[in-house]
Parts: sequence; structure tokens; C-alpha cells
Amino acid sequence: MGLIQETDYGTKPRQATALVTLTIDGESITVPEGTSVMRAAAEMGTQIPKLCATDTLDSFGSCRLCLVQIEGRPGTPASCTTPVAPGMVVHTQNSKLAKLRKGVMELYISDHPLDCLTCSANGNCELQDAAGEVGLREVRYGYEGKNHLDAEKDVSNPYFQFDPSKCIVCSRCVRACEEIQGTFALTIGGSGFNSKVSPGISEDFFDSECVSCGACVQACPTATLMEKTVIEIGQPEHSAVTTCAYCGVGCTFKAEMRGEEVVRLVPYKDGKANHGHSCVKGRFAWGYATHKDRITKPMIREKITDPWKEVTYEEAISYAADKFKQIQAEHGKDSIGGITSSRCTNEETFLVQKLIRAGFGNNNVDTCARVCHSPTGYGLVNTYGTSAGTQDFDSVDEADVILVIGANPTDGHPVFASRMKKRLREGAKLIVADPRRIDLVRTPHVEAEHHLALRPGTNVALVNALAHTVIEEGLADENFIRERCDWEEFAEWAAFIMRPENSPEATEVHTGVPAAELRAAARLYAKARNGAIYYGLGVTEHSQGTSTVIAIANLAMATGNVGRPGVGVNPLRGQNNVQGSCDMGSFPHEFPGYRHVSDDTARHILEIDWGVSLSNEPGLRIPNMIDAATDGTFLGLYIQGEDIVQSDPDTKHMISGLSAMKCVVVQDLFLNETADYAHVFLPGCSFLEKDGTFTNAERRIQRIRKVMKPKNGYADWEVTLMLAKAMGMTMEYSHPSEIMDEVARTTPSFAGVSYKALDDLGSIQWPCNEKAPTGTPVMHIDGFVRGRGKFIISDYVPTDEKTGPRFPLLLTTGRILSQYNVGAQTRRTENSIWHAEDVLEIHPFDAETRGVKDGSWVKLASRAGETSLRAKITDRVAPGVVYTTFHHPLTQANVITTDYSDWATNCPEYKVTAVQISLSNGPTEWQNEYNAHSAQARRIVPPVAAE
Amino acid sequence: MSHGTIDRLVYMANQISKAFAHDPEAKAVAEISDHLKKFWEKRMLAQIFHHLDEGGEGLDPLAKQAVAALQRKAQPA
Repeated sequence: MGLIQETDYGTKPRQATALVTLTIDGESITVPEGTSVMRAAAEMGTQIPKLCATDTLDSFGSCRLCLVQIEGRPGTPASCTTPVAPGMVVHTQNSKLAKLRKGVMELYISDHPLDCLTCSANGNCELQDAAGEVGLREVRYGYEGKNHLDAEKDVSNPYFQFDPSKCIVCSRCVRACEEIQGTFALTIGGSGFNSKVSPGISEDFFDSECVSCGACVQACPTATLMEKTVIEIGQPEHSAVTTCAYCGVGCTFKAEMRGEEVVRLVPYKDGKANHGHSCVKGRFAWGYATHKDRITKPMIREKITDPWKEVTYEEAISYAADKFKQIQAEHGKDSIGGITSSRCTNEETFLVQKLIRAGFGNNNVDTCARVCHSPTGYGLVNTYGTSAGTQDFDSVDEADVILVIGANPTDGHPVFASRMKKRLREGAKLIVADPRRIDLVRTPHVEAEHHLALRPGTNVALVNALAHTVIEEGLADENFIRERCDWEEFAEWAAFIMRPENSPEATEVHTGVPAAELRAAARLYAKARNGAIYYGLGVTEHSQGTSTVIAIANLAMATGNVGRPGVGVNPLRGQNNVQGSCDMGSFPHEFPGYRHVSDDTARHILEIDWGVSLSNEPGLRIPNMIDAATDGTFLGLYIQGEDIVQSDPDTKHMISGLSAMKCVVVQDLFLNETADYAHVFLPGCSFLEKDGTFTNAERRIQRIRKVMKPKNGYADWEVTLMLAKAMGMTMEYSHPSEIMDEVARTTPSFAGVSYKALDDLGSIQWPCNEKAPTGTPVMHIDGFVRGRGKFIISDYVPTDEKTGPRFPLLLTTGRILSQYNVGAQTRRTENSIWHAEDVLEIHPFDAETRGVKDGSWVKLASRAGETSLRAKITDRVAPGVVYTTFHHPLTQANVITTDYSDWATNCPEYKVTAVQISLSNGPTEWQNEYNAHSAQARRIVPPVAAE
Repeated sequence: MSHGTIDRLVYMANQISKAFAHDPEAKAVAEISDHLKKFWEKRMLAQIFHHLDEGGEGLDPLAKQAVAALQRKAQPA
């Protein structure tokens, strides 16, 4: 296995259908119109020397190294900025060009440290390569002149350093920050000899607006911007293509290694989801995999008040299986269940649900999608016929109006946000519906046409009012509706939506959004050639989460915005494998492929394959498991890769449920909050240590590849297999590919998926079957999967979580760029430098009336509980609304959230909690007790040495 | 906010019934009862049936009808 080398063609590819034939160095080549001479040469295998050009950026033409001669044209034009022309005759090398290039290189090198042997880029330096390519043998100007060799390094960023002494001012970093990331944090300060790369206005990288996406580091042709891991370890020697384990974008990376040590993760240019871009989490925050907190040995204990005891896998597995069997013998087969993880692979998730359905003999399996996108599944399957988004990410390139509802892409899905911002800079219009002024509302060169700052909990009223405007003002796409949808259902829905209470003027009372602004937004979306809706957990995590998804689906159908690139309904999934874990049958009512457990055909397929009878009745959802635990009828739980104590609502109820169980088995990388209440701990392994697949938010199935052996000895699927065997099941797999083969033969929408197909195609978007052998980027093109699109009435029902004199403010929760979910991974990386604790955002007005100052400790109290954290005063939130994140266990934000949940799916109402704020001296008594309990619960008895 | 399990189940059933309240009564009852059958585990159904047998306190009229309809199907005379 060697180092994967990606060809740099110098300039971007062109998609033109018209072709141009030219001659380069005597050879004829045909390329799409608009292609640069540099790229045309590269495509025929001729690398013209270059420094400022790279094929991820627009041509710049500043380094003057890529000069060519073109017959019939004067001078020596830069090949990167010169497009091909029919009949053009190009010469890439002759004595004149060689002399010119050598002269240019002499100038560069005269102001460059000659420390190649000790330079971190040694062996991977484009400047070094270019010097070799042009045959540089001497620098006639000497090295004594004015130079930048003593320029001070900026090591402020935890992951990379900036060494200006090595900078050739090619502007690739500045352009990457602008064109790829869209942050515009870098610029070239000064002029002439004093020109230099500057983060912000002469700030260091850490204090600037830099978001540490790594695009500048990747673009740098020298060692000027370099990963600190490369400086420390050296250049990598082999690599494997794998998929990020963070958010639902599912970026493809090259894991670049030395032996089993990760040198760096570099975004892969051929990655279909990220096209070579990354964010601070995926690019840099992988150190948790080798963090000292990793638990690598199985542990057991009789009572949750006992310390942990390290044991062998055999002991731990047999202990868990015996407990589970004993519970079932005493309390019935339905008394145990399990939770699958959106952070584990498809194959692992499939195995866990199989263990529960076929081994435990019930359908008590659920997953963390319960608390995030379960309403998406319900809403979209009923309206369109599929539990998934309609588009691929590339679709955004053709959107003309983008409606973002309840999502914060720059923090939650940063790599896709960069794509979206690029499209917006190209001229697409933006509407943001969010209680907070998220970054996307106004960011460099992007400004929303409308920010509909609705009150939390009023999404349905808002989307219904948008639809009301569409119908009332004759903006519906009647042709689309008649062709694709059930007209009678549409007419019934339209009559409902035209009721006066759904007008923008009437809903303004609930939403707080001025009717005129809402109407203008509705017109903008409805009149767009292509209108696309992107939404996140701000839609789903409500008591009416499902209703909002349905309302969104209605709106898209009514305006004809489904079934082609540039449009659609796009849920932005939270965790990397939320889509996959749902696809793999993690819900208690559905088998893999979203087939209800009462579907005899589906059940029989699995029964024949698995050789057991399966239950045709739905099992318990997570909150119902916890209720049943407190009732004494649910006593055993196998949790793979989830931390329900921290991530799920109403922490105190969760803790009382877990504490009531007789056997809780947690499989994880770390002793997480849930493990405090567990009896068996099975060590998990990271995405770097196993093979498998993840499925991202665009239904794209992608490989993860093992680059080091599991620190804990086994991949997670192997541990599940051991548990299944100990429970008496017959399951044999020698590789995860065999599990995927089983998924394919039992699940129609995955029929064409295999590891071979994935290796051949790179990735596959399901459905993938006989009708779509290479997958399905955009769904519902020739009609909806369910037949005719179904308009469903979604009435606005206000949440029962009301503000009042005791709890006058509304708390809404969310995420931040540098941290991920419960923070188990990112808190164990340098990312915590950016976000060391959860803080409470509060509007200046609300702060002033309570005497709260910026940085003060405040007590945040709701009907469910109270916690303390520091305040951050900002007008990003509206008066009456406060906001925090849930990344830190010290804060325990979910002590505050209530058990209100979505009517259809029980997705918790994280986004609306009535609260009060008061000044505080520090953590609450409960927080202190919780921390003391955690320390007590995580004691590990040292192993006794053998005599 | 609910407290015990039965309080939560009653609350959930009422929430579901509100989501279908716009439908004609017979259709709403059928939709609610279908939803309960598709998504509620059997001990949840047993608890809500028992609660209905005890008078169904707190259940909205639509929810009550739907639970009764499902109970009739589940326990044919």
C-alpha cells in the first residue's frame, strides 16, 4: 500500500459539451471548450511547471512559471489563464521558456530558506519540485539581499503553523479561504516586496476569523502552512481513502499514515460529498482515537455503585449474555432491548438490530435518530414515499433560491455550507427561517434576502403561511401538481391552507414574523426557477416536528420544486451515519429498508435468511424503554456507541430509568455519561480501526477503511458477534463485506450494493438495484416513489411548553462548529480551545433586566430541572429567547429539556423549553453531585497480578 | 409535562389525535388507531386499553374512540 497521489491538473475541469482540438508539443488533444492550456497539457500527461495554479482553485496567473508559446500569438502567455482554441499549436518547452522559468525560479529561491533537508515539506514541496523541473542550478542574485527569512512563525493555531519565511505569496491560501471555504479570513497585506499573507487585519490565525477548515494548508505549495503533525512526525508513507466519522456530510478523506500512526487526514478530491474540502473536525480532530481516556479492556460490575473490574472479553460477554438471558427468563423476552449508533457503521448497526430481532426475539431496538431526524422519516415517507432527502449535495449548484429552515449549516454541516455559500456568491438568493441570527444570515459576500426570525415552536404556522401565500397569489405549479400528485388531495389541502388562520397576517401573532416579509419570502421561493429547501434539527426537534416536515414537503410539491437537480427537500442529517442507521432497520417498527415489521413479505425474507421467526409487532422506542424500566418491565439494554444520558432529554428521568435496570451494557470508546449506570463495558473502536460503510445525508454509501488495528482488540461488529453467539445465535461473518452482502440480498433498495461496487464506483446513493445499478443521485425524477405525491394537512398545534411568569424565556439548543454532539470525541481534541464550555446566549435586554453581565454564571431553570453556566450577551438571539449547546457533561443542558416530544415519533422537543435565568455563583448543587457521582462511577479496580 | 407512564401515554394519544383532528371524525379515528397499531409496543397498548377500561380519564374524545376501536380489533369478542 503506497501513498495515494492525486493528479493536480492545475485548473478546474470544464463541463462544456462543445469540444476543442489543439496541438500541444506535437500531439493532438481534444478537450471541452473553456479548458485551460495547462489542464489540456496535464490531461495528455505533460506537467507544465506551476506554483500559483492548482485544480481546486480558479486560475490566477501570478507566478509566471507556467508560461508557454503559442504559434501565431505574441509573447509567452500563462497556460493556466489561457483557454484552448481550435487549431491552437502550443509549445510547453523550448530554450526561451526554459530561460524565463529559470529566471522566475531564481527570484523565488533568492528569498527562500535553503533548509530543504530539515523542512517539513521535504519530499512533498511544489517549490522544490518546480526548482527541479526548471533545472535551477544557481541563484545569480545571491541570498544576502533584502529577504523575509527572519519573519516570525505564527503557531497560534493548534493544528497548523504559518511560517512566512517560506511563503512565496502565490495567494493559493487566500484564494482557498475565499473560493472553497468562503470565510475570507485571509488576505494579502502590504504591497510589492512587503506583500504578505495576513489573517484578518494583522491578527494571528487563532484570533482571526479563520475556522481552521484546513483549505489553506492543503492549498499551500510549500511548508508555509503545514500541519503540526507533519512537522512532528514527518511525511506520510502510505494512505487509504476513508470517510469522516463526524457530521452527516460524510466527507471523504485520505488517512495518511506512517505505519499505524496517523500523520494527517487530507480531504480527498474525488470525494463525491466534499470534493476535496473539509472542516476543523474531520480534518484535524481525530486525536481522540488515541486519547488516554480510551478504555481498551472489557469491564464488569455487579452493581452500578461498584467500581469497574477489568476482565477478558470472554468473561464480559458471558456475563452480559447470562444477565440478559436471566432477565428474559424471569421477566419475559420483551424485557430487554438495544440501541444502535449513528456513529457506528451500517454493518455494525445491521448486526445490532439483527441481534435484537432474531436473538432477543423482540423489536425493542431504537437509535439516536429518535432524537434527531425520526420526523424526517415519517414525514417524507408519507408524502413522497422514501425516508430520505430528495437530492445530492451537488444539486445546490443549480438552486436559485435556497430556503434554510431550522438549520445552521456553517456550524453543523460546514463543508456543505461552503458549497451553499459558493452558490449564494454566484447569485442564488437566500431565505433563512431561524429564531437565531445564524452566521449564514450575513457572512462575507452572502446576505439573506429574508431572515424570518420566528419564535421557537412556530415552524408549522410559518411554513403553512408560506404555502398560503403561494396558493392565494396563484404561485402554485398546477401542471406539476396535476402530473405528479393526487389532485383531490391537493384541493383538500389547498382549501385547508387557504383558511384565514393560515394567512401570514394571522400567523404573525404566533411566529412574530411580519406578514409582509413572509409574503415576500414566499414569492421569492415560489417564483424561483429552482427553489431548494434545506432543513435541520430546528425543524424536527419539536412537538410538531413531523408536521413541519410534512408542511415543507407540501410546499415543495405545491411549487413544483421536486424531482430535478437544484430543488428538493433536503434534511441535513446530524451524525455521520444517521441515514445509514435508519436505513439498516434501527427503528422498532421497521426492518432494514423501512419495511414495517407487520409487512409479511419483508418479514419472511428475513426469516428465511436468518432462520428464525420474527415478531410482527413494533418494539419500544427509547423514551418508552425508559418508562418501562421505571415500571419494572424493561430491565436489560445493550447500547452501542450512544450516550443517552447526555444526549437525550430530561436527564433525571433517563437516569432513574437506567438505574432501575438489571443489566446495562455500554459499548463505547470512553466511559461516557451513560456508562456511569452500566454493568458491562465493552470497549469500542474508532473509525480508523475498522472496515465498513457510512451513509451520509444524501443517501451516499461510502467505505471506511481500517488503517490501524483496533486498540481494544476487536472491531465493534466482532464484539456484537460475540454477544450474539453467547446469546445462542448462529451468526458467522469473516468481514463486514459479508454483512453488506446480507443487507443487499434482503433489502430491495440496497440490492446492487456491495464492497466491490463501492470500490468500483467510489460511492453509491441508494436506491441501488436493477432499475438504478449505479445508484440514484436525485429522487422522484419521473414521479414520486410512492406513486403520486401526497398532500397531507398539517395543522398548527402550539406546543404545550408555555412561557409564563415563572419561566418567561424560551430556551433553544444547538451545536457549534468545533464540537460534535455530546462532545465525547471533540472534547478530547484541541478543538476545545474554541469551545471549552457550553455558554448561554442571552439578548442584552433580557440580560440587563436580570443584572446578568457577559461571562456571569447564571442559573438556568425549567420545569424539568436546573443547571448553571456562563452567560454570553448577544443580539444574535431575539429578546425572550436564550440558546445553548449540549457538548459538555458539566453543563448537562438536557437536565433542562422536558419530555415533550413529537406527536408521531417522540423526537424530543429540544428546541422549545420555557426557562428562567437568575444570577448564580457557579455550578448548581445537582451539577456538583453529578460530577462527584461520575468520578465515583468511573473507578476502575486495578487488575490483580497473577501469582 | 407528564409524570407517570400512563400520563405520558394519555398525553401521547391526545397529541396524535390533535394531529388528525382536521379529518372527518370516522377517518380521524381510523388514522389515530392505525398510528397506535403501527408504532406502539404491546405493553403500551395494554396500558392504554386498561386505562380506557378504567374510564379513560384525560383521553380526548377522538383519542378515546381510537383506543376503543383498536381495542375492539385487538380483542375480538
